[in-house]
Amino acid sequence: MKQEDRQILFEPVIDNNPITLQVLGVCSALAVTVKLAPSLIMCVALTFVITCASAAVSLIRHHIPTNIRIIVQITIIASLVIVVDQVLKAFAWEISKQLSVFVGLIITNCIVLGRAEAFALHNPVRESVLDALGHAMGYSLILILVATLRELFGSGTLLGFQVLPLVRDGGWYEPNGLMLLAPSAFFIIGLLIWAFRSWKPAQVEEAEYRIHGVQGTEPR
Amino acid sequence: MENYLSLFVRAVFVENLALSFFLGMCTFLAISKRIETALGLGAAVIVVQTITVPINQLIHAWLLADGALAWAGLPDVDLSFLGLISYIGVIAAMVQILEMVLDRYFSALYNALGIFLPLITVNCAILGGSLFMVERAYTFGESVVFGLGSGFGWALALVGLASIREKLRYSDVPAGLQGLGITFIITGLMSLAFMSFSGIQL
Repeated sequence: MKQEDRQILFEPVIDNNPITLQVLGVCSALAVTVKLAPSLIMCVALTFVITCASAAVSLIRHHIPTNIRIIVQITIIASLVIVVDQVLKAFAWEISKQLSVFVGLIITNCIVLGRAEAFALHNPVRESVLDALGHAMGYSLILILVATLRELFGSGTLLGFQVLPLVRDGGWYEPNGLMLLAPSAFFIIGLLIWAFRSWKPAQVEEAEYRIHGVQGTEPR
Repeated sequence: MENYLSLFVRAVFVENLALSFFLGMCTFLAISKRIETALGLGAAVIVVQTITVPINQLIHAWLLADGALAWAGLPDVDLSFLGLISYIGVIAAMVQILEMVLDRYFSALYNALGIFLPLITVNCAILGGSLFMVERAYTFGESVVFGLGSGFGWALALVGLASIREKLRYSDVPAGLQGLGITFIITGLMSLAFMSFSGIQL
């Protein structure tokens, strides 16, 4: 694999992660992460949609009139999402019920439209597919991390298997109910961003205001 | 009437689209730096949500649902798989029409909302509202109330976050949390606060 290809593929995973750095696709990332199994399905669904959408947009990029490009992209994405939705309903009814509206919301997932608009419209098919796969991996990484933390500490299980024995069943672990509720997803992502940025200081945002040292104290 | 009031309160506080279903997060985090812009976007979302949810309800009930085409003599036709593409089409078209109508007749309002309207097509809160309406099988009246309530709840959360962030600029945040990180933590705390409404039943 060539150097540029590797960069296109792996840059979005950590260095330019769609969720923690570009603030794209956060909506669905938070809602499905109570349990690991639906999150994995969501990652597969998103990877399929984003790869096919980028490939399709890139294939017809010379024929899309600029004025109606958003409508064209949304139609392509919506058709792919309908395919995913129907397949899930046919083969994984239980999971499809748990994901409820969030499969449909892949249509408005900013990562998919954002990559089609920003990359696939101007690049050949091969690069577009690599870029889409890279962003799907970046998204999946965060989703799986958050879901693992929430399921492990919220119910003591992973993929439904008991990992930490609960007090209720005679074990030692008292499940943390907060992990099953909406706010914990925000906290975990916030802390993940903190961890990522401490590891890669180049991602730290510049503060709008700096607090100067008050007279008599040492300036920072 | 009581039913509608209870639905409205639930849509605004208990089942807030932004804080308990995480919908519209991308715009929510990006447009919450200033109160004025947050107010503009909030108003635009309320208007679009109140229009699109009832329209999608009509389309669902009269065209797409199982057996909905009985009035046209086709009682066995089930077009519900076309739902997603129809709803997003309706939303895109409504936003476009609204933009043109505002431009022609209410130019002051258009200038205030103008830049936010195109953003709304890809706001998950709008599509999410329509999908929840279908999933919970609301009637037409309920869908109007739900559209208004969920749009209002989203706008309320957005303006709340924007006011907190305006104050936050003067505080000393650790370097790694600066910007996006601390915004997530604050949204989490707001979501925790909104959970205290969850016992309310009218």
